[in-house]
Amino acid sequence: MDDLTEMYNDLIMEHSMNSYNKKKLDQADFSELGHNPNCGDEITLELKVNNNVIEDMAFTGHGCAISQASTSIMIDTLKGKTIEEAKEIIDTFIKMIKREITDEKELEKLEDAIAFKNISNMPARVKCALLAWHTLEDMINKNSDGKGSINCCH
Amino acid sequence: MDNFKKDFPILENRNISYLDSGATTQKPIQVIEAIKNYYERYNANPHRGAYSLSIEATEEYENTRTKIAKFINAKNREEIIFSKNATESLNLLAYSYGMENLKKDDEIVISIMEHHSNLVPWQKVAKTTGSKLNYMYINEEFELSDEEIETKITDKTKIVGITHVSNVLGTINNVKKIIDYAHKKGAIVIIDASQSIPHMKIDVQELNTDFLVFSGHKMLAPLGIGVLYGKRELLNKMNPFIMGGDMIEYVYEQDTTFAPLPNKFEAGTQNVEGVIGLGAAIDYIENIGYDKIHEIEKEVVDYAREELSKLDFLTLYMTPNKNNHSSVISFNINGVHPHDVASILDSEGVCVRSGNHCAQPLMRFLGIDSTCRASFYFYNTKEDVDNLVKGLNKSYNMFKKYITKEK
Repeated sequence: MDDLTEMYNDLIMEHSMNSYNKKKLDQADFSELGHNPNCGDEITLELKVNNNVIEDMAFTGHGCAISQASTSIMIDTLKGKTIEEAKEIIDTFIKMIKREITDEKELEKLEDAIAFKNISNMPARVKCALLAWHTLEDMINKNSDGKGSINCCH
Repeated sequence: MDNFKKDFPILENRNISYLDSGATTQKPIQVIEAIKNYYERYNANPHRGAYSLSIEATEEYENTRTKIAKFINAKNREEIIFSKNATESLNLLAYSYGMENLKKDDEIVISIMEHHSNLVPWQKVAKTTGSKLNYMYINEEFELSDEEIETKITDKTKIVGITHVSNVLGTINNVKKIIDYAHKKGAIVIIDASQSIPHMKIDVQELNTDFLVFSGHKMLAPLGIGVLYGKRELLNKMNPFIMGGDMIEYVYEQDTTFAPLPNKFEAGTQNVEGVIGLGAAIDYIENIGYDKIHEIEKEVVDYAREELSKLDFLTLYMTPNKNNHSSVISFNINGVHPHDVASILDSEGVCVRSGNHCAQPLMRFLGIDSTCRASFYFYNTKEDVDNLVKGLNKSYNMFKKYITKEK
């Protein structure tokens, strides 16, 4: 299987073209816009947090199959996780794409997001896969209380 | 049909269909050799040394200026100013002409199809001087109508900036009409010839344009060399843009007098290898001849228009009037993002650009985020078009079962 057909597999195609995570949340606690100015991809992530646990997350916007699928799969992976766990998973995802992870077992926590492991074989598309993860990272950092929790209304 | 691919080492070394000449062209061996020859035989800093090597370098540099003046039929050789690229040439005009000549309520008119380089600098001028930036919009055929030109260029218009050929749509604008009409209204005109000069003869006197800019790298020359043409009387009245060495006459502790044209606008050590390369590129183009270039491109682009029009899953953003269309074709596979299409084409060895092509206002006007763009040059063949079509079919087939109606 070549890099291309490996990347454009059923999981990624389904998530990119018909994602159930692509919607607006009723009452989001946080919202963050992420974009890649060079290619025009733009997503808005919405996050609902309860007791430091990601209760719900959704996205709107537009972009290529890789960026859309990566966003949707990230949401599936992180829903129900604590902010602290989410930060760790984001970190692992970014390291996986930079090929900085040697222990394959570490990747298990990424669940379906492991599908992007070989995106580095398509260097032009790395930033597409990272868009949502960087956006969420920014959102968490911006609103963090410095103690691993996120400032919130709940 | 002649095959010019053999002159381009990269097209011999890589098995690709290079359809991104609108971004930058590949370089023929003649240009590569000219630059090598320059460094091996007469590299020195022009205008500086009294020794013969520096004088030879100066001659090569200045002879190329004369060559370019002849190439675009400028009346005087000092009307040719070297810059980094079309973008720098346009910034020079925005700062040295726009900022100094525009007043509150004056108008700048550009078209909606301008590249950001002929748009963002004018926003800055408009904001600083209190003048207005107005747009000429395209009709449903992706062209500027005469009516639109005559409505938007008014007695208040002082500057008209217009691209000769759109880098997204391939539309050839009627710049002669725009120049004549703008002059009637008392405005000066700046032509962005970046996408036209690789493909068609430019005669600045016949056009009677006030300024014209282009980049060398889109016409076989190296990256980092551009040209500004300006009428001598206008350039003489303008202040320098960048200050430094070689653009001065006398420098005192508090004051400086400036060198005459063209040096006034060429501060610091220039891109001599770029200039030499541009000279070699012009020789190469003149050796083939624009008639021949046009003949080859017409055959390939007409074929591309026909073949792409047969793909019913494609939206094409191009004028139906073949005579007003140059060598750029933008398209989208309905429901599929252009980046995905470009990646799949890449897997077939077809190089196209995808994105907003530095024309976000045009994208917004068309109601889209981005397109794929195939741009052709005389080294392309019908086989390249066949590869493009094959790659597009592959892209569509990969996506079709996932494409939903509402997208």
